[in-house]
Amino acid sequence: MRPMAQIAMVMNLDKCIGCHTCSVTCKQTWTNRAGTEYVWFNNVETRPGQGYPRGWQDQDRWKGGWRLRNGRLVPRAGGRIRRLATLFANPEFPRLDDYYEPWTYDYDNLISAPLGDDVPTAPPRSLIDGEPTAVTWGPNWDDDLGGGPEQLAADVVLRKVSDTVRLDYERAFMFHLPRICEHCLNPSCVAACPSGAMYKRMEDGIVLVDQDRCRGWRMCVSGCPYKKVYFNHQTGKAEKCTFCYPRIEAGEPTVCSETCVGRLRYLGVMLYDADRVGEAAAVADEHDLYPAQLGCFLDPEDPEVIAAAEAAGIPHDWLESARRSPVYQLIARYRIALPLHPEYRTMPMVWYVPPLSPIVDALAHTGHDGEDAGNLFGAIDTLRIPVTYLAELFTAGDPAPVEAALRRLAAMRTHMRAINLGEEPDPAAAAEAGLDAAALERMYRLLSLAKYDERY
Amino acid sequence: MPGGIRTYLTKAERAADTAAARLLAAGTLLRRADTTPDLRAVYRDEEKVNDSPYRQRWAHDKVVRSTHGVNCTGSCSWKVYVKDGLITWETQQTDYPSVGPDRPEYEPRGCPRGAAFSWYTYSPTRVRYPHARGVLVEMYRDAKARLGDPVAAWAEITTDPDKRRRYQSARGQGGLVRVEWDEALEIAAAAHVHTLMTYGPDRIAGFSPIPAMSMASHAVGARFMSLIGAPMLSFYDWYADLPIASPQVFGDQTDVPESGDWWDAAYLMLWGSNVPVTRTPDAHWVTEARYRGQKVIVVSPDYSDATKFADEWLHPHPGTDGAVAVAMGHVILRECFVQRQVPYFTDYVKRFTDLPFLVSLEEQGGGGYLPGRFLTSADLGDQEELARWRPVLLHAATGRAVAPNGTLGDRWSARTGRWNLDLGTLDPELTLLAPGAASVEVLLPRFDEPDGVLRRGVPVRRVGDRLVTTVFDLLLAQYGVARPGLPGQWPAGYDDADAPGTPAWQERITSTPAAQVTRIAREFAATAEKTNGRAMIVMGAGTNHWFHSDTIYRSFLALLLLTGCQGVNGGGWAHYVGQEKVRPLAGWQQLSTAADWVRPSRQMAGTPYWYLHTDQWRYERFSAGALSSPTGPGRFAGRHTVDLVAQSARLGWMPSYPTFSANSLELGRRLRESGRDPSGWVADETAAGRLRFACEDPDAPENWPRVLTVWRANLIGSSAKGNEYFLRHLLGAPDNATAEEAPPQDRPREVAWREAPRGKLDLLLSLDFRMTSTTLFSDLVLPAATWYEKHDLSSTDLHPFVHAFTPAINPPWHARTDFEIFHALARKLSELAAGRLDVAYDLVATALQHDGPGEIAQPGGAVPDWRDTDIPPEPGRTMPAVALVERDYTAVADKLAAFGPLAEQQGMTVKGVTVRPGPEAAWLAARCGTAGDGPAKGRPLLDTDVKLCEAILALSGTTNGRIAAEGFDRLAERCGPASRLSDLGASLAGHRAVFSDTQDRPVPAGASFEWSGAEGHDRRYAPFTINTEHGKPWHTLTGRQHFYLDHDWIAELGEQLPVYRPPLDLGALGECLPGAPGEGKAVTVRYLTPHSKWSIHSEYQENLLMQTLARGGPVIWISVDDAAAIGVADNDWIEAVNANGVVVARAVVSHRMPPGTVFMYHVQERLVNVPKSQAAGRRGGVHNALTKLLIKPTHLIGGYGQLSFAPNYYGPTGNQRDAVTTIRRRSQEVSY
Repeated sequence: MRPMAQIAMVMNLDKCIGCHTCSVTCKQTWTNRAGTEYVWFNNVETRPGQGYPRGWQDQDRWKGGWRLRNGRLVPRAGGRIRRLATLFANPEFPRLDDYYEPWTYDYDNLISAPLGDDVPTAPPRSLIDGEPTAVTWGPNWDDDLGGGPEQLAADVVLRKVSDTVRLDYERAFMFHLPRICEHCLNPSCVAACPSGAMYKRMEDGIVLVDQDRCRGWRMCVSGCPYKKVYFNHQTGKAEKCTFCYPRIEAGEPTVCSETCVGRLRYLGVMLYDADRVGEAAAVADEHDLYPAQLGCFLDPEDPEVIAAAEAAGIPHDWLESARRSPVYQLIARYRIALPLHPEYRTMPMVWYVPPLSPIVDALAHTGHDGEDAGNLFGAIDTLRIPVTYLAELFTAGDPAPVEAALRRLAAMRTHMRAINLGEEPDPAAAAEAGLDAAALERMYRLLSLAKYDERY
Repeated sequence: MPGGIRTYLTKAERAADTAAARLLAAGTLLRRADTTPDLRAVYRDEEKVNDSPYRQRWAHDKVVRSTHGVNCTGSCSWKVYVKDGLITWETQQTDYPSVGPDRPEYEPRGCPRGAAFSWYTYSPTRVRYPHARGVLVEMYRDAKARLGDPVAAWAEITTDPDKRRRYQSARGQGGLVRVEWDEALEIAAAAHVHTLMTYGPDRIAGFSPIPAMSMASHAVGARFMSLIGAPMLSFYDWYADLPIASPQVFGDQTDVPESGDWWDAAYLMLWGSNVPVTRTPDAHWVTEARYRGQKVIVVSPDYSDATKFADEWLHPHPGTDGAVAVAMGHVILRECFVQRQVPYFTDYVKRFTDLPFLVSLEEQGGGGYLPGRFLTSADLGDQEELARWRPVLLHAATGRAVAPNGTLGDRWSARTGRWNLDLGTLDPELTLLAPGAASVEVLLPRFDEPDGVLRRGVPVRRVGDRLVTTVFDLLLAQYGVARPGLPGQWPAGYDDADAPGTPAWQERITSTPAAQVTRIAREFAATAEKTNGRAMIVMGAGTNHWFHSDTIYRSFLALLLLTGCQGVNGGGWAHYVGQEKVRPLAGWQQLSTAADWVRPSRQMAGTPYWYLHTDQWRYERFSAGALSSPTGPGRFAGRHTVDLVAQSARLGWMPSYPTFSANSLELGRRLRESGRDPSGWVADETAAGRLRFACEDPDAPENWPRVLTVWRANLIGSSAKGNEYFLRHLLGAPDNATAEEAPPQDRPREVAWREAPRGKLDLLLSLDFRMTSTTLFSDLVLPAATWYEKHDLSSTDLHPFVHAFTPAINPPWHARTDFEIFHALARKLSELAAGRLDVAYDLVATALQHDGPGEIAQPGGAVPDWRDTDIPPEPGRTMPAVALVERDYTAVADKLAAFGPLAEQQGMTVKGVTVRPGPEAAWLAARCGTAGDGPAKGRPLLDTDVKLCEAILALSGTTNGRIAAEGFDRLAERCGPASRLSDLGASLAGHRAVFSDTQDRPVPAGASFEWSGAEGHDRRYAPFTINTEHGKPWHTLTGRQHFYLDHDWIAELGEQLPVYRPPLDLGALGECLPGAPGEGKAVTVRYLTPHSKWSIHSEYQENLLMQTLARGGPVIWISVDDAAAIGVADNDWIEAVNANGVVVARAVVSHRMPPGTVFMYHVQERLVNVPKSQAAGRRGGVHNALTKLLIKPTHLIGGYGQLSFAPNYYGPTGNQRDAVTTIRRRSQEVSY
């Protein structure tokens, strides 16, 4: 056992309102400078939608992450020779068009326009070449289902689940997916870097680019299946989400977490056994990747783990943090948080609680009482948001863990509604979800009251 | 520095890639290091890495608390980061005091718009220096050089038709030039002085909305206006955000729960309110309350952001929501009041609503009856003075009609202590239905069919010479709830689609399944019954911005009142549409109206002001009678709405500025010389025809507004409904409207028709830190400090705190705070006034005010018009109240900078309660120092923004418990000791917040007589809890919440009770006609302008961050079907055209949108990326280019109980939701 500590994040998509505050505060803090105009360390995508850069989930095209070759992990981008051969013409490197061409406006015209015969306006101008431009794509083009079926059908996940039929008014569904770097346990970007510039910090697992060593090969950009490493075209170096380490080191949450007005982000320490990661990332069946990653995590209450961790030099306060880690609770105790695209085999460390809603709607037309506990449970597979879609995002297509997570959320609501109305909760609801009443109430506290000092 | 793990290739792969490995061996692979057993990762701690760029990036010098003073109701406290003297970025504060261990907290508050604000500080659109219209400033310099006098120079330019035309037609066409502060202030002051001398103070106006978001910045300008006698224009009603139903039902402007109280609701309907987008910092309460078992229903025509966390989504056709609510009411009335009686509901409606009150029935020819007026004690023979203000109900035990405590008569009676809701042994009879009861058929309108009239029976009894029934019995008839034994046409059942009121009927209108509506109504009522009223409806602009929004809202409120949800934590209405709450109300109100120096101030209802002065009425060709009920007596037949506006003004209902067609300073002089009292003089002059109302001839040059100052606002780009008419008539600029004026037969009869003026305003002055559509059209643009560059205060109704703005940096370039600018303007004006104006006497007319004696001016809800009748014109009764006010124009600056004596001498009156701030004046003198000499000698100084903030906090009950306690004592005298209001006040007396407290941390507001809800550390604010818990009456005729309104004009429209009225058929009214026919396929669609994710009203829409996250310019959201019909693909350029104007935008095609409806999100201005229109050849317009003002006559009522004017309380809404437009795909080649 090699216990290591990592700062990990869980985002509760059920609470995400798609407001993009996280994107803006992150951008303002980190990337509103020359060379990173198009860079959003944190972005929020509307699902269904193509995302940013568009179609990033299409690994047949981008070849990010890992795949299994003869039972062993190899970069999907191919071996080292192929990558070196394509160093100067990397076909898997997204073009600016795939992100978007950043623009500004001739704002000055509003103040300095001479007397003319019409109202001044500020036409758009490219931030890349300074020429007049037309805005035809942006970092958030699909927001709130903008673009319609024609564009949204290009959603890689939607294509997989063949559910384009849901792109109509009556059966519309959407939710938002905020994304940052996954700070993976098995980062393919680090493996891809020919310069040794990328590294994962030992004390907290944050994945960073050493700005001195980076030579601008951009292999990390294509190696990352989440497309969360970016190329600064001014400095010629790679940049990525830093997990706000200057804040984390000072005991403060990341900017995206603290400014999340939906209060849906949780930060905490996860202990894991580094010796198990390689094996876990290489399990044959993609459906086993989620349980395999769970298997890497160490129980912070386990005396053996504590002893080993102390022996490995993990400080006492980190172990204390691990014990009260909300992230650990959500991932391992309540099992309502799931990894994003475990099939990329990078062992991502930003996990998501799948969105529950809207749940009763499907029942309305059948005349059933959607609040009835039995119906709530029965309705999971008739959600507006197809479970198959969520499963493709979080569990490599296996619906069972998604359903289980949604059942626990539904059970919590049912249980708490009874209390809210002064009625006796039905213990069967909790039991069916695999939790007892006390656990549901603790989960409620964490998800609903979500006090600042319990989120981080 | 920390080391790191390097993840390398597997051993197997390394073997396969030996050649490559050799190339890289030098730096990486073959080093001896700690590895994982599978050799997957290497652990190193000896290497140095360079992570300093990010550390340096994060480093900052200080963090300052501030917020955003725009017209957003968030009131979020922010940390502003400063590095090397520059503002870098902002993140939210998280230090709000806890609202309890068992609920979520208010941290963090903020949204992406707020997070993007610092962009403005150094943006290329920042106004860095004073600017003036080039042609104007050239003419001014020339004239001044020749004449040697600023005022004479201004007079020459503005009275020379050619010069006037030259600079007015240049408005908005570029050509602004930089000028120095001294010159800019001199021009502005000269314009004010010239206007005061020539036309009068009420030809000047100020517009600055939503004071709560930056109280001092608002108050300083409003105070300046009040000192010179200029009207401040209302905004809440003008924005159509005021729900007129609120004053109608509650007698209160708007009072709503803080968002933390959503948590207390067990059932929540989000009805036309897209909370995640428009109330972003509050949305988490909904997601979190769901985990507490709250059920959430979303009613929205599109699959909105809110929909995704709803349990159910209802999508009625836009504007038909009232039908859904009526059907829900039908179910609740039938199942909870008729089939069985829910004790909680019955008890509630008897105590807290007008349902048991008696209404006279008036016989019509043909055997039917019409619902008439409330029966009052006067009808029973009571001779007491206020008997006509005491509506009566039946005491069940005795069968006698009696006036209960708490009616308006008790509010204003000399006998105190009876204005309460204590029924004692009185048991109000809800219905007159009893075995053997008589019944008659009443005639009730239905508006879903032309000329629809229903005959439905109600039980009646005779009281004196009147045939009466109860409001409850009438309500059942209106809602179509049958009871055995009553005559008339009744629905056969819920599935009777022909009978108004039923679930099946609403399905036909709204498309919402009847079964779903029935079930939701049952769930709603069942939850309210189980929880004693914890069911809530969050209402938004989607249901409020309609012409008939008052009927929609009243049908919502009916659901809440019937189920006992109002005045209960976790229950009731939660209206969030441009609403705001100056929690420290008394202080702000006193200072912003300069009531400490001069009373009364001029407060003008915005909508009639713009309707008149932008001449939109000239294009209105339908008679107000087109809106009448088929059951109405035809009071509006053949009358133009502008005639009704004028009638409302002369009856004292709505204020009207300019008031008289003469300079009010000249009238004041004449009045003073006459030695008479103002009322008698005005009555006589009016009767003699010597005194005329300006609104009866609004296009006469002497009746135009001349100087308008806009600050904290973007009138032209944002709220100016009928935008092109603003440009044409008010400003004299080019425009894109193609509508034709009403033909002679359709013109007003009482208001004069002249040739249409172009360019009424002499000066449009704006203060802003960025360029907007308003600054583009302004003659003078003064560079204002941003919100991060000044001191101020913020509060909202959405959270219970008051918190500060503190400057992170000083205003850069030549920018100044609003506070400094108005003080500088006041100094210049005072200087120029010497020898020109000096001390003048101003005849001020004000409307009959709500919460004052004006609300009992006109009993019975009649229309006592003295024009062409034998009713005498009598100021304060049948006319506006009048007063003579002394104004020393040389002392304006000194008074602006000091706290005057009138607050102590005469008290401060808020909502009818008067308190005297003697101790506070002394405190302010000690805290702020006193004026040394001059007109304000010895008075506490208000010469800095911090001192103004201190005064606001010191003078208000929410932040000064002594004031609160005194107010509750006064209220207790009126309500009686059983109200325990003095106890409530005593419990608050120690609460006090000073400005530095609000800089440290958001400070909770305390309960106060200024508001209707109790609050404290242990409970969330919910409106009207003081009413329900202390038996304090609502500020209405009956003292209860009203289902029934009995004013003559309400009856004319057939809206005495909640009733479904569909959106206006603009085509039939001759309104909103398509523009000139164009090329290619077109669709005609409903044009909705909801609030955007990427802006707060006008702000942020040109912000680069927001535009980048949006689509980079103006867009119209269109359904897949409509786009296909005109061959439009996503991001194609399209044009929306109607007779009012043209919008050029790109299309966002989305299956989120229902066919037949498009969204042009609010305030997408001309500022960025708006090409020239193909249809008009000129720049495309703002979102309001396709709208035009239409006034609902009932919003003009006044002088009658809760239907009386107060600023932003009652007045016509500038609604715009009923608009339609034609959309075409245009050439994809665009030019700018």
